[in-house]
Amino acid sequence: MLAAALIGAVMLLILGANPLTGYAALVDGAFGGTKNLANSALKAMPLLLVGAGITVAFRTGVINIGGEGQIIVGAIFSTLLVLAVPDVPRFLLVPLAFLFGALGGAVWGGMAGALKSYAGVNEILSTIMLNIIAVQILNLLLRGPLMDPGEIERGSRIPHTERLSGNADLPILPGGTRLHLGVVVAVLMAVACYVLLFRTTQGLRLRASGHNPFASLYAGMSVKRNVVLAFMYSGAMCGMAGVTLVFGSEGHRLATDGGATTFTGAAGFNGIVAALFGGLHPLWTIPASFLFGALLVGANAMQRAVQVPAALILALNGLVVVFVVGSMQARARLGRTAARLRAEARESPADTEAPDPDAAAEAPP
Amino acid sequence: MAPTTAGDLLLEMEGITKRFPGVVANEAVDFDVRRGEVHTLLGENGAGKSTLMKILYGLYHADEGEVRLSGKPVTINSPSDAIDRGIGMIHQHFMLVPTLTVAENVALGLPPIRRIRQDLGPVRERISELSDAYGLQVDPDAYIWQLAVGERQRVEIMKAIYRDVSLLILDEPTSVLTPAEVDDLFVTLRQMTDGGRGLVFISHKLHEVMALSDRITVLRGGRVTGRTMPSETSREQLAHMMVGREVQLAPTRLESKAAEARLKVKDLNVLGDRGTPAVTDFDLEVRSGEVVGIAGVSGNGQRELAEALAGLRPVVSGEVVMNGVETTDRTPKEIRRLGVSYIPEERMRDGAIGEFSVAENLILTDHDRPPISRRGLLDFKQIEDGCSDLVRRFTVKTPTLDTPTANLSGGNIQKLVIARELSGEPELLIASQPTRGVDIGAAEYIHTVLMDQRAGGTAILLISEDLDEVIGLSDRIAVMFEGRIMGTLDQEEATVQRLGLLMAGVSE
Repeated sequence: MLAAALIGAVMLLILGANPLTGYAALVDGAFGGTKNLANSALKAMPLLLVGAGITVAFRTGVINIGGEGQIIVGAIFSTLLVLAVPDVPRFLLVPLAFLFGALGGAVWGGMAGALKSYAGVNEILSTIMLNIIAVQILNLLLRGPLMDPGEIERGSRIPHTERLSGNADLPILPGGTRLHLGVVVAVLMAVACYVLLFRTTQGLRLRASGHNPFASLYAGMSVKRNVVLAFMYSGAMCGMAGVTLVFGSEGHRLATDGGATTFTGAAGFNGIVAALFGGLHPLWTIPASFLFGALLVGANAMQRAVQVPAALILALNGLVVVFVVGSMQARARLGRTAARLRAEARESPADTEAPDPDAAAEAPP
Repeated sequence: MAPTTAGDLLLEMEGITKRFPGVVANEAVDFDVRRGEVHTLLGENGAGKSTLMKILYGLYHADEGEVRLSGKPVTINSPSDAIDRGIGMIHQHFMLVPTLTVAENVALGLPPIRRIRQDLGPVRERISELSDAYGLQVDPDAYIWQLAVGERQRVEIMKAIYRDVSLLILDEPTSVLTPAEVDDLFVTLRQMTDGGRGLVFISHKLHEVMALSDRITVLRGGRVTGRTMPSETSREQLAHMMVGREVQLAPTRLESKAAEARLKVKDLNVLGDRGTPAVTDFDLEVRSGEVVGIAGVSGNGQRELAEALAGLRPVVSGEVVMNGVETTDRTPKEIRRLGVSYIPEERMRDGAIGEFSVAENLILTDHDRPPISRRGLLDFKQIEDGCSDLVRRFTVKTPTLDTPTANLSGGNIQKLVIARELSGEPELLIASQPTRGVDIGAAEYIHTVLMDQRAGGTAILLISEDLDEVIGLSDRIAVMFEGRIMGTLDQEEATVQRLGLLMAGVSE
């Protein structure tokens, strides 16, 4: 962290800006006051959903870099639902939107899983391709059938939907900030991912497949099925991130920039970083996402304060992640080695001094 | 046998002490090797043999003591230092790249032939020459992943011979070999010592130690507990020095009545990884209360047979009936539900998940059934109770149930796998190499457990390359050669010699 800050400071100096002013602006923009904190949390929300979902896939031994596509398909599914039944009361429509979003993401993720399990297609390849396909489907829909009728009338033809039914707006949380229900959902779902992975039989199977597919097969598990399931869970989480990005957005509509990043703000990729940052543990992904979201928000403030390109801030974020993840890995490796040595050490004296339990066990029970 | 003048000292290690946080792994250990001799380091897992050798090989640094090579004090800082000084080491876990061929593996790390593209032609030729000279059967063009463990071992030895080492450390080299292969290995090793090389042989197999060694040093708890020679000692004495107590070397077999057939295999055909027949027209029957041993040289279809029975490898033709149910097209899970358990050959690959805790590994096969699972959730209270019970009953030595399994010793991991597989009171147990690479105490215990199961009416198919084990435990012994049964002997008529002939493919 410190090293990243130092390198960043040097970069700022080269660009002729005062690093101290810059960092002060960054910290203040991210954490200064309720409003900024809330903005950081909002920025963190999709990262958390994606990131917690990613941990499920990673723990099953597959790499899901299809978050972008799954977010988009989740957003499309939920948008279609809300367009179809705009008048369903809010207390039903909001959960339904999340459900459809999760479904869309699960379908999109499940495809990558099925391709891997049953056709042997590398999941990195398939998820990237599915990302591209999803973006193009989105662009196609928004330039065609889903385009806001108002835009067509005015002839401005901005590729986004109409303002979606207010019944699907994610309720704003009390407290006077912009925080909405999506933040709560994200935290709850991260906890759900933790429960899934570590408290359920399904989770045990997923982790077993991830760590050692051979032993899992011997134990009677279907590794192929587990891979598909992991992708579906992971996709569902991304799909829900898509829902929060549509119905929690200020425009309350599905939009695209016509390019490759659409409305997601690269959450599908940044979420992976948040997950790695959180040590691939769903609960640790919560603070990791918040920190990462805060960096993104603070970056904007820093840009305004010292007039450096935002790209530098992004580079800085990257540096922080590289250093932190790197040091975590190193520490984990040290910890493992120490544990092994201690275990070996424990065993040898036990063999010589303590009466051998093996001897006692030979007596027939 | 071996030249014994002090001037022939190849290696001297004097007063070696190595401490790890909380433990002394080696304490004032003296050890030396002369030219042309095999000096055995004997001891249980954790006795300090590996630490001592890792110091010699530059993987660890001694806290105290001196290492001399040919009389000159040396400091060995890394394995490449050791290799430069003519020290070779064959590790218990092979250091081979599975996706490369034998020739490529041998060439790895050698000074490159100066070209952009490595020309392996000379390497292949030299391998063939050495193959003939040392009686080491290896196909230079085979990929490592296609080879059975015994064959991989030969590649490791080939690597050492190819590099022309003067001092070779063999860490448990026979833990993966059959007696016939061990005999071959010993011939090879003798050829190496006749050429003036010195060998350090690390083992806990007593009869092999007796057969091969010129001198024996026994370690226990990091200290030397005995120095002797085969002519002056016995297996029992060695075991006593190793373990520190009396050890029963041969399992007790009680009379047991074989009853109804639990496993029937008829005309079974299975393909190997390379798509060639691995198991051919195989017939077998195992009844309850009976142990049927499958002996054979590694790589003669035993692994493929075990995998086919487990439902992990497709059956080309033939039938397998377990507990009265045809299982050739059943999934591993369905087969397990018929009361079938497995002790797989490679415990860290197939038997347990290293990163998982002891408890998680113990519930691996039963995690989705009550009482462990309730409505899809794991019942941690039940898991803790059940697992502490299993750990106690099967004497798995682990600090806690949450300890990562990879931190346990090989013997304890094997006990863990056995505990899990026997916890469901199986009707049929398929045990592959159940004591491979585990120390004497654990092997003795595992044999007792298997005999208890037999007495309790379990049908046991014991696939093992350890002939003493097969003869000691089995009621009948079938010998596999090139995927077929060469012959079946009753326990009373089975001797190492007769089995050895069948294993070599000579029918009676």
